[in-house]
Amino acid sequence: MAEFITFFFGAAVILAGAIGVVVARNAVHSALFLIQTLLGVAVIFVVQEAHFLAAVQIVVYAGAIVILFLFVIMLLGVDKAEDLGVEPIAGQKPLAVVLGASLLATAITFVLVATDGATGVGSGDPERQLDSGITDIERIGRVLFTEYAVAFQLTAALLTIGVIGAVVLTRSRSTADQLDDLEPASMDLPSLAPEGANDEHHVDTVEEDAS
Amino acid sequence: MILAELALTPPYYLVLSALMFAIGATGLLIRRNPLVMFMCVELMLNGVNISFVAFGADLNDVGGQISVFFVLVVAAVEVVVGLALVVAINRRRADATADDVSLLRG
Amino acid sequence: MLLDLAFLIPALPLLGFLVILVAGRRLGEPGAGWVATMAMGGSFAAAAAVFLGLLGEDADERRHVQTLWEWVPVGDFSVDIGFLVDPLSITMTLFITGVGALIHLYSIGYMHGDENFSKFFLYLNLFAFSMLMLVLGDNLLLTFLGWEGVGACSYFLISFWFTEEANATAGKKAFVTNRIGDWGFMVATFLIFVTIGSIEYVDIIGNAEGGLISESTATWITVLLLIGAAGKSAQFPLYLWLPDAMAGPTPVSALIHAATMVTSGIYLLTRVNPVLAEAASWSTDLIAWVGALTALFAATIAVAQNDIKKVLAYSTVSQLGYMFLAVGIGAYIAAIFHMITHAFFKALLFLGSGSVIHGMHHDQDMRHYGGLQKLMPITSATFIVGWLAIAGVPPFSGFWSKDEILAYAYDINPVLWVIGLLTALLTAFYMSRQVFMTFFGEYRYADVRPEEISEIWDNRVATAEAAVAEAKAGIGAAEEGVVKAQEKLDKAAEKLEQREAELAEVDESDDKAVDKATKNLEKAKDGVVKAQEAVDEVTVSVDAARAEVDTARAHVETVLAAAASAGDDLEGISDDDLPAAVKERREFHPHESPWQMTVPLILLSGAAVIAGVMNLPFSKDLHFLEKWLEPTLYGNKHKLGLSGGELWILAIVAVVIGAVGIAAAVAIYLQKRIPAERVELPILARGWRYDEAVSDFMGGPGRKGFDLVAWFDATIVDGIVNGTGRLVRTAGGGLRTLQTGLVRSYAALVAVGAVGLIAWFLVRTTF
Repeated sequence: MAEFITFFFGAAVILAGAIGVVVARNAVHSALFLIQTLLGVAVIFVVQEAHFLAAVQIVVYAGAIVILFLFVIMLLGVDKAEDLGVEPIAGQKPLAVVLGASLLATAITFVLVATDGATGVGSGDPERQLDSGITDIERIGRVLFTEYAVAFQLTAALLTIGVIGAVVLTRSRSTADQLDDLEPASMDLPSLAPEGANDEHHVDTVEEDAS
Repeated sequence: MILAELALTPPYYLVLSALMFAIGATGLLIRRNPLVMFMCVELMLNGVNISFVAFGADLNDVGGQISVFFVLVVAAVEVVVGLALVVAINRRRADATADDVSLLRG
Repeated sequence: MLLDLAFLIPALPLLGFLVILVAGRRLGEPGAGWVATMAMGGSFAAAAAVFLGLLGEDADERRHVQTLWEWVPVGDFSVDIGFLVDPLSITMTLFITGVGALIHLYSIGYMHGDENFSKFFLYLNLFAFSMLMLVLGDNLLLTFLGWEGVGACSYFLISFWFTEEANATAGKKAFVTNRIGDWGFMVATFLIFVTIGSIEYVDIIGNAEGGLISESTATWITVLLLIGAAGKSAQFPLYLWLPDAMAGPTPVSALIHAATMVTSGIYLLTRVNPVLAEAASWSTDLIAWVGALTALFAATIAVAQNDIKKVLAYSTVSQLGYMFLAVGIGAYIAAIFHMITHAFFKALLFLGSGSVIHGMHHDQDMRHYGGLQKLMPITSATFIVGWLAIAGVPPFSGFWSKDEILAYAYDINPVLWVIGLLTALLTAFYMSRQVFMTFFGEYRYADVRPEEISEIWDNRVATAEAAVAEAKAGIGAAEEGVVKAQEKLDKAAEKLEQREAELAEVDESDDKAVDKATKNLEKAKDGVVKAQEAVDEVTVSVDAARAEVDTARAHVETVLAAAASAGDDLEGISDDDLPAAVKERREFHPHESPWQMTVPLILLSGAAVIAGVMNLPFSKDLHFLEKWLEPTLYGNKHKLGLSGGELWILAIVAVVIGAVGIAAAVAIYLQKRIPAERVELPILARGWRYDEAVSDFMGGPGRKGFDLVAWFDATIVDGIVNGTGRLVRTAGGGLRTLQTGLVRSYAALVAVGAVGLIAWFLVRTTF
């Protein structure tokens, strides 16, 4: 009973936040709504007894990723209001709504038609069972460092590469004397479109002495 | 009574997950601001996370939670690189929206 | 084992070809010629060795297949390079290489001085190689290789002197006409493969003997092979390339168009005789009738030809008709026998004519010959032997072989026999005509020719008319003179009047003035008188000029009258009027040809005399050729049902017919009792206008048909191909609109795809 109430409360928070992310005109508002959603997700995780994940969710997602978002928004000043009424691509909005609805419909159909909501079987491996008495964090730890050890190392490598990539991508020209060859490809590509067509979508080659 | 017989079976979580995913997808298609688009992607990923955990609980297997763990890590890296790209694009042209990057037009 | 030397037979000419290809220019004359001849000689030696090897086997065992390697291994279809050595192929090989070697030797002398000497022998050796592959191949594809090869070499050799447009055209005509026949050969090959799954002769014969080929299939194969053979062996309606092919050098005509290539068709039909035996009788009857009618048709045309080689060309078509007739009625032995004797005497006749042409400085018109017997004794003696052979005079070889065919023809169908007899009559006639016109009678080469005489008369008329024109011009000049003189007279008269007026006006008291005026008056009077005299003179000259024109005109009339009444003789023409060509011809003395040319003639004439020994009809024991070739015929030959007495009567009838033909020729051409125009009808000279009809058709409606086909190819076939390309481009262009470059459109498409996938799974899965 208590679970139900918690679940519905969490679900309401999540959905409100999700709709807020999509609908908010200001990007900062979207980020805040996102935080709301992520906290709701953490609540759901707790209901399911995935305590470790709830904690990690808040720390990593809400605490780091969204902060990163906010930093970039502040830095670039892309917080100017976006006019949602105008849609340059024809038919995109109706199509988006239809697709969203279809996705929802098909997923729910699947869920409701399946016999018990899930159609798979567990691995049966006692090492992996959640209800075996040890805490979920211990369970995760054990399995992570034995069965998934390689994947774990790979994610470490992935993180490193990600950091390096971010640094490289955002180097500004003026400070990249020795690293000219690592400069990301210039946007000054010749346009393949016929002259004058679709100009509003064309990226200017005007260089800016930004940052 | 009736309330006492209700149980939180996986379908509840899955429907929630589907809703989140659909909202995130719709948002991705509608919004032009690259950062907001990213946030919608995060929405979708979180929706999927919920269903992973639900399955893991139902099947009594820790695999669901492990998957969420990895999804989390990868989502983090993705956000890092993606934002770096947004920063690089915005250097050329302030107020670049997703529609401005159309050089691949055939 | 001697039989294993079979591969050398085609290999040596191929080697010769390669050597001359590489080193021909350096070998030059006569080195290249000797290389080629020795290659052929070696090939003949190899053939003789294989022949001996085959003789050593039992009569039933005489079939040996020597496989060199696999040529086309494609799934179920496998073709080897292999040689089928059996009596039939060895017989053909022997006379191909033997006669071929002699012709190579002959060519060394004939082509002396030609700037493309080595190229000639290059082609000759290539031809020999192709022909030997045709004959020795153990499957239809190798035979076809040789078939096409000899067609190509025939093209090369006919248009050897291609700088003359007529020669190049003749070569093309030969090639194209052959190709039409080749279509029949190819379809027959496909049909055989589809029916029995193999194209090797051993399998074809085995299947046909075993009754595994149905009658309708066999009939189709027969008809298609007949088309192929008719193209190659110049039967109606595909014979028209052979007379034109005489544009090539004479050794080419001898080798290709007498002894070897043209016999390929008959060889092919004989080779697959079990299939012919399985076919419906109308198809083999068709072969026989095509042969018989072609023989008669060509013989009639040969009667009116004036070119020494064209007579022989039509004669070849005619004799090949005999061979087709024999094949059609099942008398295969007779066909092969006649093929061999024909090879000898026809090659002899062609080489002899080449010798004559060589001696007469390449003049080929028989009307310019005459009396050459004393001047070219060896040539004429050998030519006469060839003549007697082809005319069917016993005991020369042609008599025995032709008589054999006629005997079989009589047995099958008397009508065929009558046609054969008529052809024999005409053959004797036109060959005798050729011999008499060329070697006997008076020496006509230095005679003035009718066209030269008419040229002289035309010149005379032209000169007279030119004189008239000149005279007319003279009148013009004279009349101008009159006008001028008249003007002078008028001026003088004016002066006189002027002086008279002066005198009248002068003061009579002034004596000086009066004297002066009187003197002037006298002068003026003199002037008038002189002017008048001048006018009179000039008028006279005008009359004279007019008279000249009249005389000139009269002269023209006389000349025209004389020209009209002048005949083909030299009446009214003196020696000085004759053109320089005639004088040259009077200086010219034809001579005998060098030994490289006469030795082959002698050898061939010997063969033409004694070749009859191969298959004398007097008793079964003397039928050497028949016994030799019997195993290759699998009992399919027709058995002669005539008694000895009937054979004698038929033989005598044939001899009498031949004698009638010769006698007619004597009457017309030696004794000149009957004018030749009665026999040499213009329509015959033009080949019954068949060639012209074909040309007109091809140029007119035929051309429209070809244009239609070309239009079809360019518009529809190319249209489909290009249209497909255009379609792809348009579709691509349409799909291009999807490529907006906008991330959100792509995202939408991904979402569409995802929804589609899920929906599909939803529909498919059962729960």
